[in-house]
Amino acid sequence: MKKAVSMLLIAAMVVSGLTACGSSSKKADDKFYIGGIGPTTGGAAIYGTAVKNAAQIAVDEINEAGGIDGHQIEYKFEDDQHDPEKSVNAYNTLKDWGMQILMGTVTSGPCVAVVDKTGQDNMFQVTPSASSTDVIVNGNVFQICFTDPNQGTASAQYIGDNKLASKVAVIYNSSDVYSSGITDKFLEEAKGQDFEVVATEAFTEDSKTDFSTQLKKAQDAGAEMVFLPIYYTEASVILKQADTMGYAPKFFGCDGLDGILDVENFDTSLAEGVMLLTPFAADAEDEATQDFVKKYKDAYGDTPNQFAADAYDAIYTIKAAIEEAGATPDMNVSDLCDALKEAMPNISIQGLTGGEEGLNWEATGEVIKQPKAVIIEKGAYVGM
Amino acid sequence: MSFIAYLINGISLGSVYAIIALGYTMVYGIAKMLNFAHGDVIMIGCYVVFTTMSGLQFNPLLSVLISVVVCTVLGITIEKVAYKPLRKASPLAVLITAIGVSYLLQNAALLVFGADTKSFSSIITLPALKLADGKLVISSVAVVTVVTCLIIMTGLMLFIKKTKAGRAMLAVSEDKDAAQLMGINVNGTISLTFAIGSGLAAIAGVLLCSAYPTLTPYIGSMPGIKAFTAAVFGGIGSVPGAFIGGILLGIIEVLGRAYISSQLSDAIVFAVLIIVLLVKPTGILGKPIHEKV
Repeated sequence: MKKAVSMLLIAAMVVSGLTACGSSSKKADDKFYIGGIGPTTGGAAIYGTAVKNAAQIAVDEINEAGGIDGHQIEYKFEDDQHDPEKSVNAYNTLKDWGMQILMGTVTSGPCVAVVDKTGQDNMFQVTPSASSTDVIVNGNVFQICFTDPNQGTASAQYIGDNKLASKVAVIYNSSDVYSSGITDKFLEEAKGQDFEVVATEAFTEDSKTDFSTQLKKAQDAGAEMVFLPIYYTEASVILKQADTMGYAPKFFGCDGLDGILDVENFDTSLAEGVMLLTPFAADAEDEATQDFVKKYKDAYGDTPNQFAADAYDAIYTIKAAIEEAGATPDMNVSDLCDALKEAMPNISIQGLTGGEEGLNWEATGEVIKQPKAVIIEKGAYVGM
Repeated sequence: MSFIAYLINGISLGSVYAIIALGYTMVYGIAKMLNFAHGDVIMIGCYVVFTTMSGLQFNPLLSVLISVVVCTVLGITIEKVAYKPLRKASPLAVLITAIGVSYLLQNAALLVFGADTKSFSSIITLPALKLADGKLVISSVAVVTVVTCLIIMTGLMLFIKKTKAGRAMLAVSEDKDAAQLMGINVNGTISLTFAIGSGLAAIAGVLLCSAYPTLTPYIGSMPGIKAFTAAVFGGIGSVPGAFIGGILLGIIEVLGRAYISSQLSDAIVFAVLIIVLLVKPTGILGKPIHEKV
C-alpha cells in the first residue's frame, strides 16, 4: 500500500514537472510578450480603454513592419477597474501568460501596488499615464507622462506665463495621491508666479457629491480661475454645480480632466472654455498625429485622447529601448529588465506627445518633455 | 450673506440625507433591523429612472413612477428571500445578510449597467431662485427636496397614527408576539414596511441624483451611511427625528467645511455625532428604552 502511494506521488511530481516545462517553454516561440493593465470598466474606464486600443494600434504597426529586430510582439491587456487589488491580480494573470514587459498600469493608485510586484520580480515596466512619484521608486519603471509634481509646477507656470488669471482658487481631492501631489507643487510654484492663490479647498472620496461650499468660497474670494487637479468624474459635477449657482470662472485642469467630454449624458456645453494641461491634441496638424487619429477613429469610432497617445508612445518607447539594448525574447525577465533599464536614458523618441524636443528619460524613470495645454471649444479639444 | 448661502447649501444637502434616513428609520423602528441595502435600493431606483428617461425617452413623472414600483417590488423580494427566513435568528446574522444584499445589488448593477460614470439629467428643470441680486442662489432641486421630504414625513406620520395598517405597524414594533396574539399579520406588516421604505428609496434616489448628477453603482453607499448616521443622530425609529437629524447633519457638514476646514468636514460631522450620543444615547428625539423585566 505504501509503495502504491509513493508511486502515485512520484507520478504526480513527474506530471507537475512536465506542466511546469510547458508554461516556461512559451517563450521559445521567439516573440516579445508585452502585457498591459488598466481600467476598461469602472470610473476611469475611459483611460484604460484608450490605452488598450492605442497600444494595440502600435503593436499592429510594429508587427506589420516586421517586429522589433525581427521579433513579433504578443500583446494582451487585463482590466483592473482602477483598483489596486484587482491590478495585482491582473499582473499575476499576465505573468502566468508569459509576460516579459509590462506596459501599464494606467492610473496611479493601482500602479503603486503593481510597481511593488514588478520591483520584486525585476520586470521592465513603462507606464503611459501613472503620474505619481511613488511609481518610480525601484528604477525599473519609466513614465511617458509628467510626474504629478511636474504637472503642478507646469500648470502654475503655464497660468503665470500666459497671464490667464490674477486670482486663482484650487479645489482638490485630499484623499487622492494624484490630486494632492499636484496641488502641493502647484501652490509652491504659484508663490513665484504673477498670480495669487485666494482659496485652497479640499474634498475627499467620502464627500464628493456636494461642491457648492467649495465653489462658494472660491467665488467669495474673487477667484477668476479655478484650478482642478482632479479626475473628470468629480469635475463634471463641479462644472454643473458652478453653473447652477451662476458662478462662471475659467477652469484649468491637468490630464485627469481628459475624458470629461465622454461622460455619458453629460452636457458638454458646460465644459466650454475649460483648459487642461495635456501633451496631446487630436487636432494637431503633424502627419504622425493625423495618421494616428485616423487609424484610431477607423478602428474604434472615437477620437483618441492623450492617454491613447501616451500608450502609443509607450509601445514605441519599449521598441526603441529593446533596439538600443539589442535585447532578444529568449532573455529571462530580469536580464531583459537590466538591459532595458540601461538603455532608457540613452534613447530619444519623437512620439505623439514629445512636442518639439521629443521624449527623453532620466535614469530614475522620469520623463523630460515640454508641457502643452488645450482648451475645449465646441465640444472638442483644441491646441492653445 | 455668505452664511445664509452656506446654510441653504446645508439644508439642501441635509434634506437628501433626511429623505434617505426616513427609509432607514422606518424599517428599523418597525422590523428592528438595520437594512444596510437601503442605499443600494436607492441606486437601483436611480438607474431605473436614468434608463427609462434618458434611454427610452419616457416622461420624467412616468419614470419616477416606474422606479417606485420597481423598488417596491425589489424591497419586498429582498425581504422575502433574505430577511424573512432569519426572523428568529440573532440580529447580527440579519445585519450581515443586509450587508451581503448590499454588495449583491452593487455587483449586479455593475454587471447590468457597467461601471462607467453616467451623468444624470435632473428631472426638475425649473430655474434656480435668485435672491439679493444673485448673491443667494437656491436651486430648484433643493426646494423640491425639502418640500418632498416634509410631505413624505407628514404622510408617514399620519399613516402610522391614523390607518389600521399603520397602527398594526406600531403594534408590531412594540411587541411582535403580543401583536400576533391580537390577530395582526406580523409578516404581512413587515413586508408592507419594506415596501414603503423601498418606495421612498426610489424617490430619494431621484432627488439625490438630481442634486448631485453622477450615477455609478456605488452612489448609494456613502449617502446611505451618512443617512444612517442622520437617523441615529435624530433618534433611530423616530420619523421626525430622521428629518431633523438629516437636516442638522447637512448643515454641520457644510458649515464645518466652510468655516473650519474643508478637509475635516467629515471628521467634524462624526465628532458631533459622538458628542450627541454621549449626552443623549438615544439620539435627539429617541425615546429612552425601558428594559422589561
